[in-house]
Amino acid sequence: MDAIHLEYDVDGKNFVSAGSATESVKAQLKGLGINPADVRRVAIAMYEGEINMVIHANGGKAMVDIFMDKVIVKLIDTGKGIPDIEQAMKPGFSTADEDVRNLGFGAGMGLPNMKKYADECIIESEVGKGTTVTLITNFS
Amino acid sequence: MKINEIADILEGTFLTGAEFGEKEVFSACGSDMMSDVLAYVKDQAVLLTGLCNPQVVRTAEMMDMVCIVFIRGKKPPKEVIDLAEKKGIALISSPRRMFSACGLLYSNGLKPGN
Repeated sequence: MDAIHLEYDVDGKNFVSAGSATESVKAQLKGLGINPADVRRVAIAMYEGEINMVIHANGGKAMVDIFMDKVIVKLIDTGKGIPDIEQAMKPGFSTADEDVRNLGFGAGMGLPNMKKYADECIIESEVGKGTTVTLITNFS
Repeated sequence: MKINEIADILEGTFLTGAEFGEKEVFSACGSDMMSDVLAYVKDQAVLLTGLCNPQVVRTAEMMDMVCIVFIRGKKPPKEVIDLAEKKGIALISSPRRMFSACGLLYSNGLKPGN
């Protein structure tokens, strides 16, 4: 299987459509016959990332490369950036406002969940410029 | 437990997916925090929640859940029902509150999952 490259624009103003890029990737992986537990790990990590882009960064781009043995998901935004990544990784730490919490997110579990489900979670961020999250999930 | 039995026990009505009523499910979780649901993957098949936005359906889909119960008689907007229909997820609206709904299902044999 050659690598499959997918690209999505994540609309930062639309909470209703948030998660649709992940939905599409999940369907693709399922269609390729990837082990359901791996598909779920990829989907949860990417979904949390996609939600983060909508609630914190006004959207961005999702680039996904599917290889025979792994998936690499890159989530790129030009939002406000993360001043202290170590702090942001702590379960329960959140800068989300009440509106976001009322929607069921912003509990400070997004980044910890991404780290938990992906085999590698690399966060590069510059305040005022944006954040790129790379999620690598190896197939079992 | 079958999805139909969940609807019966919780005196709920199907908003969509009544055709999946005979599907067997073995575990459930109750939460209004979707990130908490996503944090604990346990092969849960049913989500009980008081939240009514589309991300509830998306969360369930990411977790491969097959049924969502909206408690306190809540009914999500049409776009949410449509999304669930598209994803093949059964939606039930129940007049029970969260604590009672979870307790009733638990005491009837539905467990939190492994």
